[in-house]
Amino acid sequence: MFGRLVYESFRRQKRRKILAGVAITLGVGVATAMIAVATDIGDKISRELRNYGANLVVTPQEDTLDVQIGGVDLKPPSDGAYLNEADLPKIRGTFWHHNIVGFAPVLPVSVRVGDNADAKDLTLLGTYFSKSLTFGKESFATGVRITHPWWKVQGAWPDDNSSDVLLGESLAAKLGRKAGDEIELDGRQHRIVGILSTGGAEDNEVVAPLALAQQVLGKPGAVRRLYVSALTKPEDALARRDPKSMNPEMFDRWYCSPYVASIAYQLQEAIPHSHAEQIRQIAQNEGTVLSRIKGLMVLVTLAALFASALAVSAAMATAIFERRNEVGLMKALGASGISVAALFFAEALLLALIGGIVGFAGGALLARQIGRSIFDSQITIEPVLFPVILAIAVIVTFAGSAMAIRRAVKFDPVYALRGEG
Amino acid sequence: MSSDVAHRRAGKPHTSMFLRMLMRAAVLRRGRAASALLAMVVAAAVATAMLNLYVDVQAKLRKEFRNYGANVVMVAKGDQVLPADTVDKVNVLLAGRGLAVPFAYVVARTSNGQSVVVSGTNFEQVRKLDSWWSVTSWPAKPQEALVGARAATVVSPSGAPFDLSFQGRTIHLNPVGVLRTGASEDSRIYLSSQDFEGWTGVKPSTIEIAASGSSEDVNALIRQLSQAVPAAEVHPIRQIMEGEARVLGKTRSTLAAAAALIIATAALCVLSTLIGWVFDRRRDFAIMKALGASEGLISGFFAAEAAALGAVGAIVGFGIGVGVAAWIGRVNFHAPVVPRFNVLPVVFVGSVAVALVSAVLPIFLLRRVQPAMILRGE
Repeated sequence: MFGRLVYESFRRQKRRKILAGVAITLGVGVATAMIAVATDIGDKISRELRNYGANLVVTPQEDTLDVQIGGVDLKPPSDGAYLNEADLPKIRGTFWHHNIVGFAPVLPVSVRVGDNADAKDLTLLGTYFSKSLTFGKESFATGVRITHPWWKVQGAWPDDNSSDVLLGESLAAKLGRKAGDEIELDGRQHRIVGILSTGGAEDNEVVAPLALAQQVLGKPGAVRRLYVSALTKPEDALARRDPKSMNPEMFDRWYCSPYVASIAYQLQEAIPHSHAEQIRQIAQNEGTVLSRIKGLMVLVTLAALFASALAVSAAMATAIFERRNEVGLMKALGASGISVAALFFAEALLLALIGGIVGFAGGALLARQIGRSIFDSQITIEPVLFPVILAIAVIVTFAGSAMAIRRAVKFDPVYALRGEG
Repeated sequence: MSSDVAHRRAGKPHTSMFLRMLMRAAVLRRGRAASALLAMVVAAAVATAMLNLYVDVQAKLRKEFRNYGANVVMVAKGDQVLPADTVDKVNVLLAGRGLAVPFAYVVARTSNGQSVVVSGTNFEQVRKLDSWWSVTSWPAKPQEALVGARAATVVSPSGAPFDLSFQGRTIHLNPVGVLRTGASEDSRIYLSSQDFEGWTGVKPSTIEIAASGSSEDVNALIRQLSQAVPAAEVHPIRQIMEGEARVLGKTRSTLAAAAALIIATAALCVLSTLIGWVFDRRRDFAIMKALGASEGLISGFFAAEAAALGAVGAIVGFGIGVGVAAWIGRVNFHAPVVPRFNVLPVVFVGSVAVALVSAVLPIFLLRRVQPAMILRGE
């Protein structure tokens, strides 16, 4: 009998059920989309923050002091120690290699430009542009195009295995060269494939594949510095502690968290005779910006949950309020308040489950759409979200109906039957 | 007596009956009118809060982004130094919307002949500009130096005082603090500009500027600066400006999508509540029609009621929404979101429009129904 009542109620009052169901579906959809976006925004924004460039730098342990003003190196380039290029792919073997977005080695050397009459010394910066490397069975590409996304090239990027070069913007203007011209470096002709604009010291330099710089220096495999761009977790109390003062258990926790300091520690382990340091300007500010944006999205998600809970409650209250006459009839026929309430709650449960499932699917699609149109990447939806959302939908639907059901049950059947609602 | 009343009432303008119906409808069905108003207020509040946040979040985040330090740098052309009044000129152009810190550089020699870069600057301002510098203690007295972590291992591994010489002149310095940034600053030694100029006589060659505002504002500032100081090259630090623009743009787009979803949900809530409210009163509608009211009058009556509800809801909701936005600002950004009154007309018009739609829609549906059917309770 109970089942038939529920079934008939859905069959005969399609319009009302659809209205309430649509409200629940939309509410759940918005809630799902917002929760999915809010849980994923940290990851997305921290990838966007990688546009600020490398947050870690690896230098040789025995390095001499940099004598650098405004990015211009005044130290004789042959000075100092070097990292070994062959060690670089080992970065892929570190614990947090999935968090390492990219790395780029640099090797500044000095070269003579032009023919003998008006020759002058310039800095040639050797680096990876988008070099293919292999570690074990894995092959990947890395270089300045990933770690220095603000570098803009007019023309083409050189191939990492060629001896083509880029000319800094200011230098190109000074020398009167453009993309496609030739340039004589240390007596050899090189093709300028593009003009580089960085807004930094590189605007006055020649930028070339790393192998070319090593050849000029006469030291194959030499790397002066390595810039690493890694996704990190904002610092907390544990991250600020000195790893030497930790007990083994705490150290494990520290080592297995993607703090910038623990990634630096692992880089030092991977590359022999190296010293890795966070670039504080980038690494430290990332955390605050990230936590602000995440906090904002959490609060906005709360507002979204509140608004959708209210919309669901309003729709349920209206749907039940309209059925007072029915309640009057049931009560006049001898139904107890409890059985009337049970009927309404059963209907609400059914609506909440259907609306919850459809809404979750719709919300997941919406979140994907938001991810694709704003961040050009998928927003992943945790499967664990599904039962949570369904539970929220049922609770909110019940809470929204409760007041209206209470009033409907209390309503005097005499008034209802006389039509004096 | 009754003719008296009729006479008196006939003299009054027709609108008083209309107003009375409006008032009585609100007073007699307090419960439902209140719930409709509540829905209206909440929707308007949520919409106001979201719009306010959306408008203000850019300014709030820009402030956070200024922690990245300078976004514009001014360097003397060639190997010259900047004219003495440059810092004042820059500060006039900035007009309080940023910070300008001069740096002077020389390459000095340590007592064992190593080259090291020494810089003279204003510590108080550097502290504000480069908040990420990790410094054990800032110099306060003359002859005190801030030594980069890598420079420290060369000049004073044990923290003992050391000598530096530049063009035959020597200065005796006391390393009070160690500086750690992970960049070229680690290899330098920083002095106060008084000590630095007294020792080397070299004036600042670089001014680092953290300018606040949009990228257009910053570009305009760069143009003004290059005109005001022709002896210097002024250029934006692209790394900082482009990173900021990207993160800001993405955040704003996400917030816009969220705001659109939330406002749509709130409008839906109002719609369903108000439609229920009007449907519920189909008896009033039928009685009015049975008594000979024209359809225009009835629609007008319900529309006026809805509009009044929308207007009151919008104004109360605006007040609450501004409060919510200010709270979110304080919790998240530690600075309240400033109320934007240009949001009010948008919220007002939107609320009234949603209310009108939700009142007129059921009327339109009920129009085809005979009043007798409604009155008989079918």
